[in-house]
Amino acid sequence: MLKDGQLQFLQEKARVVRRHVLRMIGLAGSGHPGGSLSCVEVLVTLYFTVMRIRPEDPGWPERDRLVLSKGHAAPALYAVLAERGYFPVEELWTLRKLGSRLQGHPDMRKTPGVEVCTGSLGQGLSQAVGMALAGRMDGADFHVYCLVGDGECEEGQIWEAVMAAAHYRLGNLTVILDHNGLQIDGPIRQVLCPEPFPEKWRAFGWECVEVDGHDFGQLYDSLLRPERPSSVPRVVVAHTVKGKGVSYMENRVEWHGKAPGPELLRIALEELER
Amino acid sequence: MKRHTRDAYAEALVELGRKRPEVVVLDADLSVSTRTARFAEAFPDRFFNCGIAEQNMLGIAAGLAASGKIPFVSTFAVFASMRACEQIRQSIAYPRLKVRVVASHGGITVGADGASHQCTEDAGVMRAIPNMTVVIPADATETAWAVHQIVDIPGPVYMRLGRPAAPVVYPDASRLRWGKVTLLREGSDVVLLGTGIMVSRCLEASAILEAEGVEAAVGAVSVLKPLDEESVVALARRCGAVVTAEEHSVIGGLGSAVCECLAERYPVPVRRVGIGDVFGQSGEPDQLLAHYGLTPEAIAEAALEVIRRKQS
Ligand SMILES: Cc1ncc(C[n+]2csc(CCOP(=O)(O)OP(=O)(O)O)c2C)c(N)n1
Repeated sequence: MLKDGQLQFLQEKARVVRRHVLRMIGLAGSGHPGGSLSCVEVLVTLYFTVMRIRPEDPGWPERDRLVLSKGHAAPALYAVLAERGYFPVEELWTLRKLGSRLQGHPDMRKTPGVEVCTGSLGQGLSQAVGMALAGRMDGADFHVYCLVGDGECEEGQIWEAVMAAAHYRLGNLTVILDHNGLQIDGPIRQVLCPEPFPEKWRAFGWECVEVDGHDFGQLYDSLLRPERPSSVPRVVVAHTVKGKGVSYMENRVEWHGKAPGPELLRIALEELER
Repeated sequence: MKRHTRDAYAEALVELGRKRPEVVVLDADLSVSTRTARFAEAFPDRFFNCGIAEQNMLGIAAGLAASGKIPFVSTFAVFASMRACEQIRQSIAYPRLKVRVVASHGGITVGADGASHQCTEDAGVMRAIPNMTVVIPADATETAWAVHQIVDIPGPVYMRLGRPAAPVVYPDASRLRWGKVTLLREGSDVVLLGTGIMVSRCLEASAILEAEGVEAAVGAVSVLKPLDEESVVALARRCGAVVTAEEHSVIGGLGSAVCECLAERYPVPVRRVGIGDVFGQSGEPDQLLAHYGLTPEAIAEAALEVIRRKQS
């Protein structure tokens, strides 16, 4: 359970992160606002409450890891990392610019706090499986989190990794499925339906819970690492709204991958003023 | 004498495993063929059979490497280099992770399984990926030696082995220098540059040429990338004519690498002996090598042609 006062703190962080995301994408003139805004609460919960990390020492071997398999949500991750102190907030405004440490999609060699290179969908979960395996071999106590898109689950490699994680009994792995229902060409149910998620993941041998992906209390309770060592990997299906927080973007497929112009950016920032 | 490069790989891997606890091995349901089963027997806790899921396997290897392990990943060359090509590019090469892809069953000497299991494109595909080191050892001796060389390269490695036993070129590893062309025979009329099993065929070709009064130098190029350009240019300068020989498409492999280098630095007549722009087919390895023109005779003929061209 979240402690008193924590909720307000997290809500405020989410608001600030959303503003960063929009400003970054607006300044860059390109990027993916929809899927960045849908996972803000997930990332804020992880980085500000659940994960054991040392922003001043990003390579700390015992750190918990987050693999952003849906790499196009990089702006949300960067904004959270900056707010958490991995690098200065001012650096966010260099997103997608030549020479920037903040690439269009995550680059583990360039950005402090980024764990893997993603952007090609379907690949992150396999890497998370490898990390969880390595952690177990070393008797290390870290937990691996992996954020996957719902459209991304149309990739076959995801299911290869889901099968492998259960086979290897990776209780030190948690997937968060950003279930916003949309991909690029439309609703996932129309494009190529990868549902039902809980039944599928359970059939593959995972534990599954469903939460409101914008509710900090539910996210916190579901993302806390298991108290006793477990041998079953876990998926948290987070029901979210694509474009969350900006009225004209919410549930609108056309805001998957385009930047708001100056006027729309002003309106969005205004909506997020409080 | 002949010896399987895969056997040499497996033995060296077990030896390496004893010395280096961070070495782990992954396979995709081909551990008997690739011989990684021997490592699995010796170190069951450091072997992961990922099932028939190559893309996931390369991704898992990336995650292991990002967490301090040194994964050796084996399957057939065609599946490693093409089924999981983009995983190698995105998850491994881009972040420069220390994953060693050691692919068996390269080339057409896979034999009767036919084109689906043969692989004539891997060197070209892998060479085009930044950060990647590409190796095709000449024989079992070099394979075993190379396992210990590649373990500490600060980036990804693709190493190709073959299915049939390969003629032994090196009695021991004393002459080998990592990344360098190994000069196996002196000569000044033409240089034959071979890789993999074609190295021994270049030596046979040089004997044919000698009988005709032609002195051919023979160089073994096992590291296709980064190419030992200095040696290639020096040999081209000394001989004035070059033949490359590989069990690979003439597009993208050793022939391409040598031509890219010489066209810019020291243009001389070159002939590429390799597989044309076609798929393989079923057959016995030796029949296939003959059918696709990968014989000592064909190399010798190519040598005479480039010598004529340099003289005219
Ligand atoms: C392998 C691959 N194919 C296609 C794309 C292009 N692409 C980027 S985002 C996206 C849709 C992703 O949908 P989803 O996983 O649901 O993410 P979200 O809706 O949360 O943004 C696609 C197809 C890609 N990045 N990688």
